[in-house]
Amino acid sequence: MAVLEKGSPRRQSRSIIEWLNDERVRSVLYQAIVAIAVIAVARYLFVNTSENLQARGMSSGFDFLSGTAGFSIAWTVLPYEAGDSYFRVYLVGIVNTLIVSLVAIVFATLLGFIMGIMRLSKNWLISKIAAWYVEILRNTPLLLQILFWFLAVFSLLPPPRGSFGLLDMFFLNNRGFYMPAPVPGAGFDYTMIAILLAIAATYAVAVWAKKRQMATGQQFHTFWVGLGILFGLPILVFLATGSPLSFDFAALKGFNFQGGVSVPPAFCALLLALMIYHSAFMAEAVRAGILSVSHGQTEAAYSLGLRPGMTLRLVIIPQAMRAVVPPMISNWMNVVKNSSLAIAIGYPDLVAVYMQTSLNQSGHAIEIVAMVMLFYMSVSLTISMALNYYNKLVQLKER
Amino acid sequence: MSLETLDSGQEHIASAISDEVVIELSKVNKWYGEFHVLKDIDLTVYKGERIVICGPSGSGKSTLIRCINRLEEHQQGDILVNGVTMDTNLKNIDAIRRDVGMVFQSFNLFPHLTVLENCTLAPIWVRNTPKAEADRLAMQLLERVKIPEQAAKYPGQLSGGQQQRVAIARSLAMNPNIMLFDEPTSALDPEMISEVLDVMVGLAESGMTMLVVTHEMGFAKRVADRVIFMDQGEIVEQNTPGEFFNNPKSDRTKLFLSQILAH
Repeated sequence: MAVLEKGSPRRQSRSIIEWLNDERVRSVLYQAIVAIAVIAVARYLFVNTSENLQARGMSSGFDFLSGTAGFSIAWTVLPYEAGDSYFRVYLVGIVNTLIVSLVAIVFATLLGFIMGIMRLSKNWLISKIAAWYVEILRNTPLLLQILFWFLAVFSLLPPPRGSFGLLDMFFLNNRGFYMPAPVPGAGFDYTMIAILLAIAATYAVAVWAKKRQMATGQQFHTFWVGLGILFGLPILVFLATGSPLSFDFAALKGFNFQGGVSVPPAFCALLLALMIYHSAFMAEAVRAGILSVSHGQTEAAYSLGLRPGMTLRLVIIPQAMRAVVPPMISNWMNVVKNSSLAIAIGYPDLVAVYMQTSLNQSGHAIEIVAMVMLFYMSVSLTISMALNYYNKLVQLKER
Repeated sequence: MSLETLDSGQEHIASAISDEVVIELSKVNKWYGEFHVLKDIDLTVYKGERIVICGPSGSGKSTLIRCINRLEEHQQGDILVNGVTMDTNLKNIDAIRRDVGMVFQSFNLFPHLTVLENCTLAPIWVRNTPKAEADRLAMQLLERVKIPEQAAKYPGQLSGGQQQRVAIARSLAMNPNIMLFDEPTSALDPEMISEVLDVMVGLAESGMTMLVVTHEMGFAKRVADRVIFMDQGEIVEQNTPGEFFNNPKSDRTKLFLSQILAH
């Protein structure tokens, strides 16, 4: 068979096609084409926008942030007055979004764990209740659920005079939910210090107990002793310093309640909807995580003489958490993002106060949208970074 | 199946049977719904005895040994292990499981723990052994199964044969007096079967009471004091390996042996 020599005429004529058929050339080429297209689109958008802004005499830039917003906000966690700046509105919105999201995340996670474990129960009734809970809540839109809680529950509550009360401390009516506000007195600092000390002491006991077990084999009831220290020490100090904490109770004065801490009906409705809706997804994450650990693991642990409680703690949970944590955390991100549906029932979250009222008044659409996006993205990306770190920590080592 | 090992002429390991009964099953019955998996099983196992249980799949042989450490619950009859009655008393179940080791077909190592931690978990948490001592004991056992150098690795980094040897070491770490093997080599590649069987032969030589569900007839011939053939939930035939292989009594046994030794 004839061997083709280097630089032969045939090879010359086919060189361009051969070059294009090289897989490395191809991949660089495709990437270059995509990059050029992206840059072209971005440039078009930028030029187009700035031309339009100029044509309508609209200014761009972030100078408006220090301007007076001039409108009031129905309910804020940060102190806010109508004379405050747009930047203050941004911060107020962020805090309002974060507070409802954080409380929803905490309760949704608890509820999700309970429902997920209930659905795995061998008890027919318990598992069916959990299954219906999950299927109904997961398969109806969140907006529908938010409107349900707001319009069909919290708006139909009686007026303040007919409030539902609990122990004369908590009240629920169509103006919102009222709780006593704690007022620390002189010397309450000692109780706070005691709480910190108790946390440190519990940690120290746990470390000591682990060390002792490894050295002598003796086990220690770390959980119960820790619980005792965690509650006992602060309570002792609190009582010894003369119980320096009083409460400002909400009380009906005239047509409305005064004093205490209160949250509006929209907050309650949004919180409940977010919490219950997302707990259904979290329940599925928990269930899937536990199911992902094969039954052989339980059998192996039992055959070694480990009791069910220890098997759960030492074998099942450490493995299930690898599967539970990632979807759980992405559900947390969804809670934060979905809290923006607050706008439907008038809860003043970031989108409602900043992208609605502030945007309409100031006209700085691009800047405002960018700032709001920046907030949601930083929250989500921070959470994903933490998640990636966690995944790396617990990754199973395989070949 | 393993005709070569069967005919390889290796000598039978000397028996070390005492007259002390360690497992006694009488009239044990078990159903899965309508399916009658164990029918009136009577079985007495003496200390140091090595029993190989064989039979077609679905014959109830795995279920039988899983009843001995309560991974399966029997519905009728009595099971006595090390003098302890197997009933609903959790203390009794704990006591039995502590002294009965088990090796599974699918290894079931704990993938989140290192090889060493797999072997020390139960001694530390069940036997309250100090960590240093548990580590020392585990290393001895890993040497016995010939993989001390893998102690710091995770199960996912080992071959199937190595994993099964770790599983044996993990069971031995609880210092059991009875070992149950549920098809220990069925999930292994052919070249890894012998490394696991070698460890089991070593264990037999040390005088361990063993109940082994397996199709490795070479192993049965070399190690077993008694071979039990099960079919459709019943013990059809039991005998010494010599009699069992050369002179089977029942037609079902003959059929099974002809199928398993055919090629």
